[in-house]
Amino acid sequence: MRVKRANIILFFGYLFLYFPLICIVVYSFNESRFVSTWTRFSWKWYKVLLSNPIILRAAFTSIKVACFSATISVVLATMVAVIFARFRRFRGKALFVGAIAALLVMPEVVMGLSLLTLFAGMSKIFNWSTESGTTTITIAHITLTLSYVTMLIQARLQDLDKSIEEAALDLGASPLKVFFVITLPMISPAIVLGWLLAFALSLDDVVIASFVAGPGATTLPMIVFSSLRFGISPEINALATILMTVLSIGVIISAVLIYKRSELGRNK
Amino acid sequence: MYRIEERVISWFVESARKIGGRNLLISIPAVWIFLFLILPCLILIKISLAERVLASPPYTPLIDWISSYMLQIKINLENYAILITDDMYIRGFITSILIAGASTICCLLIGFPMAYAIARSSKRFRHILLMLVVLPFWTSFLIRVYAWIMLLSPCGFINSLLMKFNLIDVPLKLMNNSYAACLGMIYAYLPFMIFPLYNAIEKIDYSLIEAAYDLGSSPIKAFFRIIVPLSAPGIYAGSTLVFVPAIGEFVIPELLGGNQTLTVGRLVWNEFFGNVSWPTAASLSIVLITFVVLPIVIAQKHKNMRPLSKD
Repeated sequence: MRVKRANIILFFGYLFLYFPLICIVVYSFNESRFVSTWTRFSWKWYKVLLSNPIILRAAFTSIKVACFSATISVVLATMVAVIFARFRRFRGKALFVGAIAALLVMPEVVMGLSLLTLFAGMSKIFNWSTESGTTTITIAHITLTLSYVTMLIQARLQDLDKSIEEAALDLGASPLKVFFVITLPMISPAIVLGWLLAFALSLDDVVIASFVAGPGATTLPMIVFSSLRFGISPEINALATILMTVLSIGVIISAVLIYKRSELGRNK
Repeated sequence: MYRIEERVISWFVESARKIGGRNLLISIPAVWIFLFLILPCLILIKISLAERVLASPPYTPLIDWISSYMLQIKINLENYAILITDDMYIRGFITSILIAGASTICCLLIGFPMAYAIARSSKRFRHILLMLVVLPFWTSFLIRVYAWIMLLSPCGFINSLLMKFNLIDVPLKLMNNSYAACLGMIYAYLPFMIFPLYNAIEKIDYSLIEAAYDLGSSPIKAFFRIIVPLSAPGIYAGSTLVFVPAIGEFVIPELLGGNQTLTVGRLVWNEFFGNVSWPTAASLSIVLITFVVLPIVIAQKHKNMRPLSKD
């Protein structure tokens, strides 16, 4: 009886999580523009979408920004995680920890507005031309994703057995060598996952990008957001389906790889 | 030629050694945090104390040289006074807190049974079930909000289904109210609730519950006296993870909430993009930060860095 009740709960829970998304996928193949009528299966909206140069250019911009910001964010976050997990207390550590925590909970509108005021001031002082605004978006996205990735890598670092690193240090390896030869390979699953998380977060952000984007830069979420104000559109269904498919396949593959790797490590 | 380059490189290496690798490592992210978190917040405070003008940038400077020996510091508190005197802003804060609170409670009510069912399922399925909870979180946030527009809008899925079966003649007004905004928040933040709850419930020793049953406790009593207290850390963490981002949320109330659901996040956006009033947007942001960030930072300091990891 208990098992059955649990299954009912799970069924409705997952129905709630997945039904809206399934709806999008199904209707992206509907030939009619309207949800009310199902005419027939077609790839029409995908063709319309892929022949739209504005959307393609925005998608390219978004992917570029997401790749750059995820990479830099992972490097910075690894530094912060090492500092938090391995360094003794130093002056200002509490402030550092507080700043990372603050980044995590800072509302997006506030982060976007504050970074914009900074960029506006900087462009005035340094006579910065703001024709292509992707640099500002990239900087903002690194700041946005930094704390999430830090938390992920730090959790992994704290799980590691410190004695291996200490043994290498005792045997005369320099701290830098210990990091690259021993620590880095051991935290690499967390780094891959962190990169993916940063990529997904950057690809997803509309609020901060709207604030800091220069006049020449439009990201994909900005286009989706402005078209959502007008309600349902079948092109967005198709776009959403493509995005969901690509992102979930990426996440599933990396999760399986990481799982297998950790199993291998255990067998050794 | 080589000499100079070598000298430059050795100078770099030497000075790096003097500073110490440790301090160098600390300084890189520290500079980043200072430049792109602390400095922008300071500028925001400065702007919140300025006056709005029609210029670029659209606010007055705080410190001004009037004549060669006259330094003027002008602090304008009007932007904070307006938050208290104008009804709209107070209502915005109340709306935000109400919506965030309601979403948190609903997430708890939906998330707890789910987390419990996952924790009690067989070990083989647990990984898959957990993966299925996170997967929607990895797909785009905007798309998940859009999914509800698709279901709820006047010509959306639910209304067209009801019309097809002649249950209604006129489309129901399901969207553009605070309930729809709440629903969107619950949907978007449910994974944040389930994960900490699962972590807490999974650790509960099931024999404690069996012992309670053996000693004659009713299921309800066993639930409230044993399961709830033991999963309290999960309840606390999950509620924080839902409530805090929900307060400052902009996208969901904007797209699902309609005109009357004016949350703080939307007010900041409207002040900035609509009224081009940077000082008011700045003062609203400062108040929002003190509401949201300060309690978390203080709590974090007391907990002494327990990672708030997502999974």
